[in-house]
Formats: sequence, structure tokens, C-alpha cells
Amino acid sequence: MNRAMPTTAKFHDAGADSGVRRPRTAGRAEVVRDGSEPVLDLRDVAVRVGGRTLWSGVNIRVGAGEFTAVLGPNGVGKSTMIKVLLGALPAAQGEVRVLGARPGQANDRIGYLPQRRSFDASMRIRGIDVVRMGLDGDRWGVPLPLPTARRRAARERVAEVVELVGASAYAHRPIGQCSGGEQQRLLIAQALVRRPRLVLLDEPLDSLDLSHQSAVAALIGRICHHEGVAVVMVAHDVNPILHHLDRVVYLAAGGSATGTPREVITSGTLTGLYGTPVEVLTASDGRLVVVGQPEVPAPHTGRHAPSGGGHAVG
Amino acid sequence: MLSADPASPAWSWDLVGDFRLMWSYPFMVNAFRAGAIVAVVSAVVGWFVVLRRQTFAAHTVSTVAFPGAAGAVLLGVGAVYGYFTLCVAAALVIAVLRGGGDREESALTGTVQAFLLACGFLFIALYKGLLGGPQAILFGTFLGITAHQVSVLLGVSVVVLAVLALIGRPLLFSSVDPQVAAGRGVPVRALSVVFLVLLGAATAEAGQITGTLLVFALMVIPAATARTVTARPAASLALAVLLACAATWLGLVAAYYSPYPLGFFVTSFAFAGYLLALGLRALHGLLGRTRVPLPAEEAAR
Repeated sequence: MNRAMPTTAKFHDAGADSGVRRPRTAGRAEVVRDGSEPVLDLRDVAVRVGGRTLWSGVNIRVGAGEFTAVLGPNGVGKSTMIKVLLGALPAAQGEVRVLGARPGQANDRIGYLPQRRSFDASMRIRGIDVVRMGLDGDRWGVPLPLPTARRRAARERVAEVVELVGASAYAHRPIGQCSGGEQQRLLIAQALVRRPRLVLLDEPLDSLDLSHQSAVAALIGRICHHEGVAVVMVAHDVNPILHHLDRVVYLAAGGSATGTPREVITSGTLTGLYGTPVEVLTASDGRLVVVGQPEVPAPHTGRHAPSGGGHAVG
Repeated sequence: MLSADPASPAWSWDLVGDFRLMWSYPFMVNAFRAGAIVAVVSAVVGWFVVLRRQTFAAHTVSTVAFPGAAGAVLLGVGAVYGYFTLCVAAALVIAVLRGGGDREESALTGTVQAFLLACGFLFIALYKGLLGGPQAILFGTFLGITAHQVSVLLGVSVVVLAVLALIGRPLLFSSVDPQVAAGRGVPVRALSVVFLVLLGAATAEAGQITGTLLVFALMVIPAATARTVTARPAASLALAVLLACAATWLGLVAAYYSPYPLGFFVTSFAFAGYLLALGLRALHGLLGRTRVPLPAEEAAR
């Protein structure tokens, strides 16, 4: 339903939640970014699926505690980016380093939230059980019901992360009975429970209504900047998250653009990437709002053309 | 041979005496032992079946048990082996048919299922009646459970439960949340195949007590009932085992004292429990919609 929304509604939404926005300090990203190796380092990466190059020439460098959005029209290969970072799909070209290792080698330090999944009412498993699975659900064997220190620590960690996402009130209900926004908060808690250094979120705001979109976006921004967790989030609508972002990666059939929002989100860059007029407006409080962003898949002619020579802006 | 014996023993209200008399027959002792073993395994495997929504797979496997048992008897190798061979084979076939996806090939499975059921009926006819008709295989019997059969059931159960204990946690994870589990390195696909084999073994066991058409009495109803009562995984699993055991033993007692088949009683008791649980939940929903979980409940996790 979100996809069908007229762009004017987005404009209003972006303006409407400006009241709750915290003032943003210019040097914050610099403060949390320490001198250590980048969390994510992609150099001139291209990806081919089924003999077709989805995107190429992508350069991304993400430091600790940075919030990065991967944006672009549907079908351009945004979720494929997540697969590459998880090591599920090899890069056709270029070098990918995730947490200083090859993709797939450091997955235990990555929290992952796949594209929209919801639990229907018949899922009689509590929210905290789903969160707990993120902590030790991949271990073999069944834990004995003994009051050990490890068990207590696990329980405390789950309670802590549920508190962090503000889900304490409904975490003990069967997850199938929670609303979409509540489920999404619990799933974010699940992705965070192992204290990952990097969290990959695939369209976490999809199919949430507007108020939940901005609330969940604010939650992700807060976790990212306060807990020092680097976040890479795939989104097709930039407006709800724009004022939380440190860095954006725009993927389009014709190439890609990477940089800070101010650098990349300009009418000229986006119009060039999409090949269709895109306007970037500045709201009265100085925030950017993207209008006329294409919501339909890129034209086929563009998708099949070898999209080499991606022009990195910024 | 069947329990439709007009000279059924009479129930006196001396419970100790009743049970002593009932257990003075070795076949009844065997029936109670086999019932308990089967109830535990079916309830545990069935709990995952309900969670994974694989009841159609369970149904297919159980249907295949009928020609398996009938064919084995016809060949003279003992029904027990027929149950296990065909059920596990059917589970493997389903695993192969599914391929990479999670969707079941329901039309193909249904077609093969119908044909195999017909084969079973033919085997029964070829054997010329000494099986007591298809009823015993289809709807269960507690007569003629041998000590050897009990030990086979026990051996298979121990293996099934041991494997489940080993893979239980990743299996739960991959059942609830396959994508994230796969991202964490859980072998989702391999676990799915292993679970189907366990499902085949458990179905073969349940079929020998409730009959192949009524395996859901022990596989699905206790798990569904338990999940209605509680959303806590450990608690609902334990409750499912308890309910399955209760339904089986009550069913055995009832079938011993009456001329009617065992499968009917086991299913009826399990079903009564399910209705009771639904009623309680509706009542609970009416009384207090916004109950805050007690700290004790949290601590028990």
C-alpha cells in the first residue's frame, strides 16, 4: 500500500514528523567513527545475476555507528546487495570486505532482518521466544532447564534488547497477535540481540503505516548512533529515514551514486540516475524531501544495457 | 480377533482391582507400553508438524502406511517393518518432490496417495481376510501387540527423540524464521529433510496404535491443544506429550472395557481435550483481555 501512495503524501509525512526530530549535530558521525577498520568496504563492486549485470562500479565505505541507506527503484538489485554482504552471492567484480573479512565469514557479528515477513495469528510463539532465537537459536542440542548463570545472562540480554526497542509491553504475547509495527520492533530486537557490529535491514518500513514508519526509522537511527551499530538499510522510499542518514547509496540501472545525503540527494544526481525528472525540495526546517522518485521498475532497455561506468558522485 | 467381543470385561469401581486384572494380560501390558512410547514420540514430532504446517505431509505419510503394513503382511515379513519402510520412503519422496522450495506438490502427492491406498486395499483382499479386514490397520487395534513390536517401537523412538534433541533448537529457529536462520548458518534445507524422515518414523509408530487413518489423533490434536493453551515452546511441548499419553491410556482402558475400536476412543479423548482447551481460551479471553504476564512466568522460561 505504501508503494501506491502518491508522492505528495510523502511530502506531507516528511514534514509532519519534523516536530519530534532531535537536533542533529554536524560532527556526530565523526565522533562515533573511530580510527579502526571500516565495518564495510566495497571497492568497484559489480554483481551479475543470471548473466545480467544488476549494478556495477559501487564504492561504499561504512564506519562504526554509521547509518547507510541503499536506495533505488524496485528490481534494481537492492536486496541483492544484502545477499552479497552476507556472502550468499559472490560479487562478479571488485573487492568486498565485511567487518574486515570476506563476506559470509563474519555473519555471527551481523544482525539481519530479511524483507518483510509477518507472522499470522496462528503463530503461537511469544515475541521473546523469537528474539531469543536470534541469540542462540542456531546452537545444536536442547538446553536443560537448569538455573545456570548462562541461562540467566541470556534471559537478561533478551529483556534488555526488548526494552531497547520498546517492545516490553507485548513481548510476552504470541507474536502472531502483535501488529505489524510491533512485530517489526521485535524482529529488530532479534537482529540486535547478539550485539552485532553491523545490522542489515531489508525494507523494514515496508507495509507499515506512516506513523509506525517514522517511529521505527527513529528507533533504528537511535540504535545506530547511540549503540554504535553500523546500519545498512535497503529502502525504496528515502523520506522517512532521510534525516537519520549518514550516508546513502543510490543504485539505478544506469549506475550508482554514493555519499552523504547532501552530496547525493540533489535534483541533478537523481534525475541523471533515474533518467526521469526527480526534484529534491528543501523543507522549511532545512530538511530534504525527494519528490517524483520513480516507484516502478526501471525500463527494460536500461536494465539489459551493460551498466558499466557507474558514476560515483561525492 | 477384533475388540468387538460381546464378552467384554466388566468395569467395577475398584480401580486397583480393575487395573490389576487388565494388566494381568500380557497383551494389555504391551498395549500400554506401546501406547506410552508412541504417544511421546508422536506428540513431540507432531508439535513440530503443527508449527511447520506440515500436516498434509503427515497425512500423506500415514496413508502410505496402510499399503506398507498390508503389503508386509502379504509378503510375510511382519507389519512393523512395512510401516517403517514405506513411511520413511514416502517422507524421502516428499522431501525430493519439494525440491528447493517450501511448497508441497499437493496435487502429485494426492494422486500417488490415492493409488497407494488402493494398492493397500488390494493387498488386504489378496491376503484373504486373516488380517481381520482393513479395519485394524486403518483404525487401530491394541490386540496382538507383541513384546518384540514394543522393543522395535522403543528403539525407533529413542533414535527419533535423540535426533530431535540434537536438532531441536535450530529446527525450531528454521521453522519459525527460515530466512534469518539461514542467514545465521542454520542448514535449513537439510533440517527439513531430516525432519521429514523423523516424521515418517513417528507416523509409522502412531499408525500402529491409532490406525493409519487416525494418526492425527496423536500427531496433531495434542500439539494443537497445547498450543492453544500456551505460547511458550517448552511448556506447550511438555503439555502435548502429557495430553497424548493421557488420550492413549484412557483410550486403551475404554477400548478394553467396551466392544468398540481403540482408534475411536483415543481420537475422541484427544478431541474432547481440544474442545476443552478452546473453551477455556475463549473464557479466558472474555474474562481478561489485557493480562500482564506474571514475573513468575517470565522467570520460569
